[in-house]
Amino acid sequence: MIDVNQSGPFGRIFALLLRYLYLLRSSWPRIIEIAYWPTMQMVIWGFVSQHFSKASPELTAGGILISVVLIWDCLFRSHISYTLSFLEELWSRNLGNLFVSPLRPWELIISLASISMMRTIIGMLPAALLAIPFFNVSVFDMGMPLLGFFLNLVLTGWAISQFVTGILIRYGLGAESLTWVLPFLIAPFSCIYYPLSTLPNWMQSVAVFVPTTYVFEGMRALMLESELRMDLITQAFGLNLVYIIIGISVFVLSFQAARRHGLLLQSGE
Amino acid sequence: MLLGLLRPSSGMIELFGRDFIRDRFSVLGRMNFSSPYVDLPQRLTVRENLTVYAKLYGVKNITARIEQVVEEFKLDAFVDRRVRRLSSGQKTRVSLAKALINRPEFLLLDEPTASLDPDTSLWIRDFLLKYRKENEATILFASHDMHEVELLCDHVLLMKRGKLVEEGSPSALLSRYNRQNLEEVFLALNREND
Repeated sequence: MIDVNQSGPFGRIFALLLRYLYLLRSSWPRIIEIAYWPTMQMVIWGFVSQHFSKASPELTAGGILISVVLIWDCLFRSHISYTLSFLEELWSRNLGNLFVSPLRPWELIISLASISMMRTIIGMLPAALLAIPFFNVSVFDMGMPLLGFFLNLVLTGWAISQFVTGILIRYGLGAESLTWVLPFLIAPFSCIYYPLSTLPNWMQSVAVFVPTTYVFEGMRALMLESELRMDLITQAFGLNLVYIIIGISVFVLSFQAARRHGLLLQSGE
Repeated sequence: MLLGLLRPSSGMIELFGRDFIRDRFSVLGRMNFSSPYVDLPQRLTVRENLTVYAKLYGVKNITARIEQVVEEFKLDAFVDRRVRRLSSGQKTRVSLAKALINRPEFLLLDEPTASLDPDTSLWIRDFLLKYRKENEATILFASHDMHEVELLCDHVLLMKRGKLVEEGSPSALLSRYNRQNLEEVFLALNREND
């Protein structure tokens, strides 16, 4: 007789991680795709940067343009990796199997965040490394602050993902397009390519509530003025904490609503 | 509701002596289910799927348990094949193997022999009877195949438009309605007040 036991949270999180790794392993185009888009972005913006460096050197000083493009892509990659892994469960009609297992919703969130982090690093690292020989730009020259910028953008990506997955649980695949649309909603307010002062007043008053604004202001201060603005990094972390809590709340409330209305087995379009 | 996917608007559910509505996670590991409305990940192989679910349910000696269900459900010919490449009958067997991976004490099955050939259906029915006896398990079984219900069930609940209209053992229902088989009972009830 084989002994059967209840699993612990780490075992269940690992089980789900394994599921996403098996999925990744099953398709080599998926593995290539993870690194393909960030690398393409880096190459295109690298040439744009070279072109601008002749006309407006201040725009591209210290490789700022390529660096902000790469860092911004961390947000998009972390969000897409998180949400696509969740969408896989909807596409394969597997959500019912997961939710009748002992897997808790918070364990699902941690599993999705973990695979998102792995996929983001796998996707961004080749692009960041290739930027060194191609365009003589190394984001790693920022040193430890790079970690702060990176983590903040990943956290913003996860906060958006939690909101989107909550909506997907409640409204099904009909809301799938939110996955692609939502990250770009904050892009104009994030001051990726321009300083905050460029925005009109009403947009500035919105931008101060967007964590990524502080990341890119901090990056510009570091790369153009060699000034480490810990206050900006801290403010970004603070805002991210608030949005992560809101995102998790949306997910949990949507999950509860889906349970009340019996939507967890009917998560199609 | 018995899986925790739908929250009841009233009443209570007690499973294994626990309040299932408030504390479902303490008992979900002792249950499992299979339904044609839910699939396993299509891009994963049968073995990968069984491994993931064995880990989710905290099965000990996973390799041995997988070998056991592979043998029991005769999955060896396609255990390393992706689920999307299986026939619907093979998928049903894999889904049942997943449902039994943690040796559940309470097993919920929705049309478990749908899309299976008669020989495999017979084999599945025999297997479920044997499993129930050996493991003292409870099986809650939803089916429109009254012949199958008659063969497998000790207690039958008949529902019409979401309401419970009749219940009892197959023999009690047959004698109550003076019919030869459960299909006739089902038809009689279904045509009542129509």
